[in-house]
Amino acid sequence: MAATASPHFLRARRLTNALVTTAITLLGLVALTFFIGRVIPIDPVLSIVGEKATQEAYDKVYYALGLDKPVWEQFTSYTFKLLQGDFGTSFTTTRPVLTDLLSFFPATLELATLGLLLGVALGVPAGVASAYWHDKWPDHLIRIIGLIGYSVPIFWLGLVGLYVFYYKLDWVAGPGQIDVFFVGIVKPITNSILIDSLIGGHWDVFWNAFSHIVLPVCLVGYFSMAYLSRMTRSLMLDQLTQEYVLTARLKGANEFEVVVGHALRNAAIPLVTIIALSYGGLLEGSVLIETVFGWPGIGNYIASSLFRGDINAVLGGTFLVGAIFIILNQLSDVLYATLDPRTRELRK
Amino acid sequence: MSATQTVASAGSARWKQIVSFCRRFARNPLGMFGLFILVALLFCAAFAEIIAPYDPYLPNLTARLTAPGAEFLLGSDELGRDILSRVIYGSRLTLLIVGLVILTSAPIGLLIGVVSGTYGGWLDAFFMRVTDVFLAVPKLLLALAFVAALGPGIVNAAIAITLTAWPPYARMARAEALAVRNSDYVNAVRLAGASEFHIILYHIIPMCMSSVIVRMTLDMAGIILTAAGLGFIGLGAQPPMPEWGAMISTGRKFIFDQWWVATVPGFAIFIVSLGFNLLGDAVRDLLDPHLKARS
Repeated sequence: MAATASPHFLRARRLTNALVTTAITLLGLVALTFFIGRVIPIDPVLSIVGEKATQEAYDKVYYALGLDKPVWEQFTSYTFKLLQGDFGTSFTTTRPVLTDLLSFFPATLELATLGLLLGVALGVPAGVASAYWHDKWPDHLIRIIGLIGYSVPIFWLGLVGLYVFYYKLDWVAGPGQIDVFFVGIVKPITNSILIDSLIGGHWDVFWNAFSHIVLPVCLVGYFSMAYLSRMTRSLMLDQLTQEYVLTARLKGANEFEVVVGHALRNAAIPLVTIIALSYGGLLEGSVLIETVFGWPGIGNYIASSLFRGDINAVLGGTFLVGAIFIILNQLSDVLYATLDPRTRELRK
Repeated sequence: MSATQTVASAGSARWKQIVSFCRRFARNPLGMFGLFILVALLFCAAFAEIIAPYDPYLPNLTARLTAPGAEFLLGSDELGRDILSRVIYGSRLTLLIVGLVILTSAPIGLLIGVVSGTYGGWLDAFFMRVTDVFLAVPKLLLALAFVAALGPGIVNAAIAITLTAWPPYARMARAEALAVRNSDYVNAVRLAGASEFHIILYHIIPMCMSSVIVRMTLDMAGIILTAAGLGFIGLGAQPPMPEWGAMISTGRKFIFDQWWVATVPGFAIFIVSLGFNLLGDAVRDLLDPHLKARS
């Protein structure tokens, strides 16, 4: 079978498969948010108009929501609306949910991206060192640091960090993205204050934004490091016990060459997919971190919408982050397949 | 276990296995430390009335926000309640949530996975798609959305976490069931006239147990952190319940001037989840059939 199929055909088929899986999973996500939004609340109309509404107001909303139609019809219209980017209107901001989400998204992206970069910069070398000195003190030390990262509640560490580094030591700025004093100075280009202030040459704004973002980025980075160092360690341990490592050593390659040039290179392929996946996790983890730091991101938006009973905003946010998560998931699969020479050639 | 080894009976073999498991476990100091934390937690929960110096609910407005000291070992909160007593009583809520989630999500996942793996066909395809969707959606967000719809509260928080926690069990159980369902010994039992139900219950589920137990212990720390996170956001246990996450949430207002209100319950969460992580790692090293096969 494999002998007759051309590589292009195989690649096309793989891509189609990935697309179909993504589409089905996304449809499942739509069904899930639909279910949460329309089926679980005892009366979706009451959650909009409130307990004391007149029958007239109640009926109006009832028909506006299309609740008189059969469930499957409601579901299809919901799906088509989502496909067109219509997430409904937020009850609190009275703007379309998608507009809200897009305006809050850059802040989250900034935090998660910088956190991930820090996590990779620390976690991968730590994992390599841990595997290289397996069961020696550097390994134990790195594992303990990682274990603490796994066990500590992130929101609590954020509060303690604010107390120590902001209130006691005054090394960093407090909650929020930027001081009120600096708001509105920078012309929005990329919607990331750090980058925009650099482009505009506003160094004072940049430093202020930087001192605000340092602490949350360090926290996100720490959690990402805890995860990545553990993963890197286990991947590297698998590689370092292989025979090619012994061969390389026997041939006289130096240790750095063996560990980084040979073992890490082989571990890199699964590692890249793990890093891509953990990025989605960081977007999700932002809910708690953003709440603690009053960070104007998507997590904060979802959490504050929860309290105002703004179900459209909550589900819209859940859908957006979930969709990104699913797409990252699929992308990392595709990435794995393209990076790994074995799956590239031997797939049947 | 070599085939030449002879054992007197199934019962004594099982007993020997348990004894050897305990012996090997005792040799792992970190695992023992985790076990110690778990025992301490159970002790606090069981004897909260005796250990706690104060009533965890009774306000004492003259002693509001007292710093840690002789009167209140770990300080008092904004209503003058002793934080130490509240943390001790809070261990009950933590155990309640962990227990509820583990005891519902593991069996649900196990059942779905085993049925899916044993019967195959469209049932399997359907269940696995559903599992994939749940696995693909970020857990905390999904739990948040569920609680938003169900309404806040400790039981609803547990339900929400359960709804996000079952898929890995289903995946695992399905893989085990697929591996076992056509093995010779299962076919032998089938030929002997056993029903599918009997096979699932007595031959497939027991094969999944060690993976399930490993997963359960590793999951517990995550459940504690998620529950505390929900409590912190304000969607888990509601005041005046002494749930640790909710306590941090109220203490947040005083973080700069009365640091102990938020800090102390956080330590409790940290220590307990560290304990479960250590325990989980140790149990996995001993029980995981895949790790065993590798070494």
